[in-house]
Amino acid sequence: MNNGARFDVEAIRRDFPILRRLVRGKPLVYLDNAATSQKPAAVIEAEKSFYETYNANIHRGVHQLSEEATALMDEARAKVARFINAKSEREVIFTRNATEAINLVAYAWGRKFLKEGDEIALTEMEHHSNLVPWQILAQEKGVRLRFVPVTARGTIRVEEARRTITPRTKLFAFTAMSNALGTINPVPELLSLAKEAGAATLVDASQWTPHLMTDVAAWDCDFLAFSGHKMLGPTGIGVLYGKEKILESMDPFMGGGDMIQEVWLDHSTYGEVPFKFEAGTPNIAGAVAFGAAIDYLSGLGMEAVRRHELELTRRALEIVREAGAVELYGPATAEERGGVVSFNIADIHPHDVGQVFDSEGIAIRAGHHCCQPLMKRFNIGGTARASFYIYNTMGEVEAFGRALAKVKRFFKVPEEVNSGR
Amino acid sequence: MEGDSELQDLYRDVLLDYFRSRTHKGKAEPADVRGHGVSPICGDEVEVTASREGDRLARIRYDGHGCVISQASTAMMAEALEGKPVEEVLRLMAAFGDFMVRRGPPEALPEALEETKALEGVRKFPARVKCAMLSWNTLRLGLEKDGAEYKETEERGLGGK
Repeated sequence: MNNGARFDVEAIRRDFPILRRLVRGKPLVYLDNAATSQKPAAVIEAEKSFYETYNANIHRGVHQLSEEATALMDEARAKVARFINAKSEREVIFTRNATEAINLVAYAWGRKFLKEGDEIALTEMEHHSNLVPWQILAQEKGVRLRFVPVTARGTIRVEEARRTITPRTKLFAFTAMSNALGTINPVPELLSLAKEAGAATLVDASQWTPHLMTDVAAWDCDFLAFSGHKMLGPTGIGVLYGKEKILESMDPFMGGGDMIQEVWLDHSTYGEVPFKFEAGTPNIAGAVAFGAAIDYLSGLGMEAVRRHELELTRRALEIVREAGAVELYGPATAEERGGVVSFNIADIHPHDVGQVFDSEGIAIRAGHHCCQPLMKRFNIGGTARASFYIYNTMGEVEAFGRALAKVKRFFKVPEEVNSGR
Repeated sequence: MEGDSELQDLYRDVLLDYFRSRTHKGKAEPADVRGHGVSPICGDEVEVTASREGDRLARIRYDGHGCVISQASTAMMAEALEGKPVEEVLRLMAAFGDFMVRRGPPEALPEALEETKALEGVRKFPARVKCAMLSWNTLRLGLEKDGAEYKETEERGLGGK
């Protein structure tokens, strides 16, 4: 385990069993962290040990196992609350993932409080998970969606957002960091605009929380959504943060066990937050293991995580800029982006690029990154994307560079050709 | 090396030739048969059009963008099926599906599909089989809209987002 005194990548790597495996006969170089991260032994062990030692349903009965399982789940919730600086664990709702968290808001808040003629402001760079739920709601309620345009540099301008938000805007939902481009958005400024207009706010922090310090008290947003699996946790566990007052004002999401206070044949009263939004047996083992993931990240310190990723990203950007025939998408400097480098090589299809990387044991993402409107904005079908995390090394960034050169060699890309855009 | 030999096997030279070929690019006039295919995984789009002369598909053309595998497979399809009667086209499509999706032996491919044997390496990469099938499924849907009946059941896997 790393104690955060010094960011020791080699020590971190030893904590991740999967990094020992070979892919296509070569050591795995995992650069698809924006899609999902790998898991340290501590997280895998926490999930395993839950099933081996504590497994029982929570909030059921008085037997010891159930009490212990309930306590572990409560502890995980408290860890999340501390990690994002929420006022209380009552503001932390466990979901399957960020997608479910956003759908929860669309369903339980949007359906109750929005009416025909209202507007929801989004940006053109949203992941489908922060777009499609609002489209569904808009069709149902006659609500209008408005979009803050994305600049050619792949950024959001605050002045443009000011024009998009109107007195009719009831919600501004936007990503803190673009999964496709890596762009870090001016979150506090965007939140201020929404607050001035009296709109509620939702921050999609799926790409932010794994890599940068999250402080919901400082941001003062109404909702924040993120997934556990992108930050060392298991799949199937995510978080919706919501201010307690607004959560209390909302109707339930799904009905069932655990979310009720009292049930008659013809009606029910509902439990308190956060349980009102957690119908059915939750992913208890997943929540506990997610708690272990948060411990791991806290041990490293999020400032150190950011510093490490900045170093890798700076070098990767340098490689891309010097490569020739490579088009880079998103902001020019590492400081303006997370550890995400999105690019195309001449007119080579991203899938073909990804295939050559794969032949070197390097995992990158190729495609539209669940951001089809953003791809259309840049008039492309997709991009190849490398994304970094705590266990990636400078040596792996150099391997990324060699694979880039191999793509050009393999598909005979002339040096002087620039991808047409 | 392991990765390189798989890569060479996937992108055989003949595939790259077909990928660059412009012979069947464009739109068939009149576009009696028209299929529009989109891959939800990569966002690739292809439009396949064909002109009928009697029972035959006299001209087959395609438009759109895609990876080497999908574009090469499309070019091979247009070359192999152009001029054939619809009934034979459907039979050849089924044979290609048997080869690509159901991993039948290359020797079982009819002579008209000889060139598609070069796609054999694609079968090792399940994600890429969809690339190779896109335009074939697209033309088949176009023909079905036009009234043709496709005999084989299509392999339906679980699609991604």
